[in-house]
Amino acid sequence: MTAPWTAGEEPRVYPIARSGDLVHIRQAIRTLSQECRLSLVDQTKMITAASELARNTLIYGGGGTVRAGTVSRGGKRGVAAIFEDSGPGIPDVEQAMTDGWTSGGGLGLGLSGARRLVDDFDLNTVPGEGTVVTIIKWVR
Amino acid sequence: MVKRDSAVDLVGILSVEDKDLASSWIREVSGTLGSRVGKAELDRELRELYEALVEALRQGATDVHAEQMSEVRALLTELSRNRARQGFSPSETAISVFALKRVLEPLLEDGSAEVVRAYLQLGRILDGLGLFTIETYTQTRDELISAQAEQLLELSTPVVRLWDGVIAVPLVGTLDSARTQVVMEKLLQALVDTGSEQAIIDITGVPAVDTQVAQHLLKTIVAARLMGAECTVSGISPQIAQTIVALGIEFDGIVTKASLADALKLALRRSGVDLVAHQGGQR
Repeated sequence: MTAPWTAGEEPRVYPIARSGDLVHIRQAIRTLSQECRLSLVDQTKMITAASELARNTLIYGGGGTVRAGTVSRGGKRGVAAIFEDSGPGIPDVEQAMTDGWTSGGGLGLGLSGARRLVDDFDLNTVPGEGTVVTIIKWVR
Repeated sequence: MVKRDSAVDLVGILSVEDKDLASSWIREVSGTLGSRVGKAELDRELRELYEALVEALRQGATDVHAEQMSEVRALLTELSRNRARQGFSPSETAISVFALKRVLEPLLEDGSAEVVRAYLQLGRILDGLGLFTIETYTQTRDELISAQAEQLLELSTPVVRLWDGVIAVPLVGTLDSARTQVVMEKLLQALVDTGSEQAIIDITGVPAVDTQVAQHLLKTIVAARLMGAECTVSGISPQIAQTIVALGIEFDGIVTKASLADALKLALRRSGVDLVAHQGGQR
């Protein structure tokens, strides 16, 4: 999936380098979701998904960036976020997307759960080069 | 040999009208800082700095990180730390250094080519010192911020006693590993101290529950259980409930309630307390 940004609305880039950055990212996604008039449930889902993916970027990807902004397609508006790292990548995507599987010490629900929380989910990973995850939540 | 000469030139510039330059520097700086720094304090700070700078240049220092500059760096560090603590802005802090350049400007008017060259060289050194000031300033501010963050950690996790044998932790804000650790320790300690067997963790003030927060909650509950206490999680909003379901987190075997009132009622019932409503009582 290529960058789906609405023309004229450039996404903002936020660094993911420390666990403190996750707070800023959650705040930024919350502000975007409110601007987009996502329902309270969808706001919470989008923020939670962003929180999961940002933490994965930090812990497994060794840090990276997130680009977040509003998008529109076919008259619909939504919030998109692209998480990018140049870490080790995911050797077995199918395994990583399985509920309960974790290579770290977590619950193993972050990646698979994030996919269920958003409308569009795209994962692009090359072992040894890095991982890019794109998520979009559309306004109903 | 060339270096030596230029060093003498630099010192020459600063020592032309020795005392006078330092005084006008202090005047210039106190003009920008106003009355927020005591006159005597500023006078002492800048005079010490001035003397240290002249001495460093006399010994042939050519940039900020030179060994001869260590005294200057120490004084600047102290100065920027004080400014950062007193709440000055970075520019107000760096101006203390840059003002010296402005004070030296009049020398250029009837100066020879050597004076101009020496001024430029000194200017470069002062730029370096200015940047050093800002770096130290930022570092101090960062330290202040992390110290405050630590204080917040302590502040934001009170354990309150709701009833004999019933304690509660109202959680507000984001739960990261560091905070959860504090919460867990405080809760478990409070269980021992108060001899309570019922604990309520209220998450009304937590904006989002992701897998990490859930994991921390689960661990806390298991730990409390090991100590013989029963835990109830309350304050789960509709949106958080739906998010938890979508994420696939299982709260099996953990009692959850929508509100703190419900959780308290349950905890009281479990500890054998009956609530009786009197007829005619005010509600």
